[in-house]
Amino acid sequence: MFSTRNFNRSKPVLFILILFPSLLWAYQFVTGNLGVNPIEKLMDELGLMALRLIIITLMITTLSNIKPLKSIVVIRRMIGLFAFYYVCLHFSTYIVLDHFLDIQFIIQDIIKRPFITFGFISFLFLIPLASTSTNNMIKRLGFKLWKKIHYLIYPVAILASMHFYVLVRADKTEPVIYMGIIILLLLHRIFKRLTRPQLAQ
Amino acid sequence: MKILGSEITPYKTYLNRRKFIKGSLASAMLATVTSSAFANHDSDLSIYTNNLNEKDKLNSYEEITTYNNFYEFGTHKKHPHLNSGNFKPRPWTIKIDGLVKKPQTFDLEKILSNVTIEDRVYRLRCVEAWSMVIPWQGFQLSELIKMAEPLSSAKYVQFVTVFRPEEMPGQQKRTIIWPYREGLRMDEAMNPLTILATGLYGHEMPNQNGAPIRLVVPWKYGFKSIKSIVEIRFLDTQPETSWETLAPWEYGFYANVNPNVNHPRWSQGTERRIGEFKRRETLMFNGYEEEVAHLYKDLDLTKFY
Repeated sequence: MFSTRNFNRSKPVLFILILFPSLLWAYQFVTGNLGVNPIEKLMDELGLMALRLIIITLMITTLSNIKPLKSIVVIRRMIGLFAFYYVCLHFSTYIVLDHFLDIQFIIQDIIKRPFITFGFISFLFLIPLASTSTNNMIKRLGFKLWKKIHYLIYPVAILASMHFYVLVRADKTEPVIYMGIIILLLLHRIFKRLTRPQLAQ
Repeated sequence: MKILGSEITPYKTYLNRRKFIKGSLASAMLATVTSSAFANHDSDLSIYTNNLNEKDKLNSYEEITTYNNFYEFGTHKKHPHLNSGNFKPRPWTIKIDGLVKKPQTFDLEKILSNVTIEDRVYRLRCVEAWSMVIPWQGFQLSELIKMAEPLSSAKYVQFVTVFRPEEMPGQQKRTIIWPYREGLRMDEAMNPLTILATGLYGHEMPNQNGAPIRLVVPWKYGFKSIKSIVEIRFLDTQPETSWETLAPWEYGFYANVNPNVNHPRWSQGTERRIGEFKRRETLMFNGYEEEVAHLYKDLDLTKFY
C-alpha cells in the first residue's frame, strides 16, 4: 500500500491540494473577501502555510524511518518546494503589498526588528535548498555535499518558528506547539545518530 | 484639525440615544441579529463626516465591530465579534475609590443622566500599526471626575475592566493578568479630548467594542483606551497597567502615538488605515499635537514611551 509507486501516484493530488489555498487566497484578495485587513490576513495565512509545510518535510524524514513508510521520502521534495513557494509569496506580500517596494524602509525593518530578521534569514537559507533540489544537482554536487547543504532546513525551521513566536503578543500557545514539534523531530534525529555510531562513520 | 468633532450632538440624535438606553432589552435582542442587519444606522452620516479632516474617511460599522483587539474575548481580532454574544452590559455600576472625598458606586444610568452625550469622530491608532476613524458617542471623562470629587493629592487615575470569565471566554486563559488595568495622569484624564464612550455610529456600544462604557484617548495607542470599565481609582502614584506589566520593554505607561519612537516589533512610522491599500504616515500624537503636546513638554518621550 505504501509503495514508492503509490506515493508517486499521489503526487498530482497532493500538488493540487497544496497549491489550492494560495489560489483561493489570491482570489479572495482580489475580490475583497479576505476580511477587514486583507493584506495582513494574506501575509499571515501564507506564512503559516509555509511554516506548516517546513515542519511536514521534517516529519516526512522521521516517518521514513518506519519500515513500511520508507517510500514516503519521494514526496518530500515537492512539499519542500511548496514551502519555498509559500515563503516567496509571504515575503513578496510583505515587500510589495505591505510596504510598496519601499526598499530603504524594508532594509531598516529587517535589521531593526528581530522577528523580521529571523524570518528573513530563514528565507535566505531556503534559497540554496530550493535551488539544489533537482536530481541533476545532487549528481553535480555529490550526495554528501548536497546533504550537508540540506541540513540548512534545521536553522530554517527554528528561525521560522521563532519568527512566529516573537510576532505573537500575548497568547503564544500556537507558536510554542510548532516549536515543540520541531524540537521533538530534531531530538529524534540526534537520538538516532547517537544510537547508531557505526552508520555515522 | 477638523476631525476633533467636539460639536454637541443634535437634539434628535441625543433622544435616540436615550431611547437606546431605555430599550436595552430590545437592543439586546437586536444584537443577536446578524451584524449587517444591525448596521442600519438611523442617523444621518453627515453628522460625523462634517467633522472629518479631508484626508480621513469614516470606517464602516462593520469594520469597527468585526476587527479589533479585546483579549477578554480572545486574542484574534475577529474573536471579540465572535465571542462577545453572551456578555451582559446591563445593569452596570462603576465603583469610584482611592483618593476621593467619598468612595461610592455609581449606577451607569445615573452617570448618564448627569452628562452631555456628544459625537466625537476620532482616529484610533493601534500599537500594531493599523488605524481607523470611528464616530463615538460619549462624554468627557472630566465630567465624571468632577462627580467623583478627587482629593488634591490625586495625581493619577486608574481604570479596571470587568472580570467575568463566564461571559468573557478570553479571561478563562491567563494570556494577560486579569482584570485588565489602565491608567492616565490626572492632566491627561482632564484633557477635553479624553472621553468615556457609550456608543458608536449612534448605537449603544457593541459588546465587542467595550460595552457599556469605555475610555477613548485618541492621541495614545489603542490599548490605553480600556473597555467595559467597572472601577475608577484615584491615586498619588503612577498605577501599573496591564501591557506595561506584561512587557515593559515594549509598552510604556504613556503609550503616546509617536512615529519617532519605534516598537521593537512594529515600525511606528507608518500605519495601515483599515480600508486603504497603501500605508500612510503616522502623525505625532495621532494628529492631536495641537491639543496635547503641551502636556509632555518636559518629558523625554523616547524614555517615557
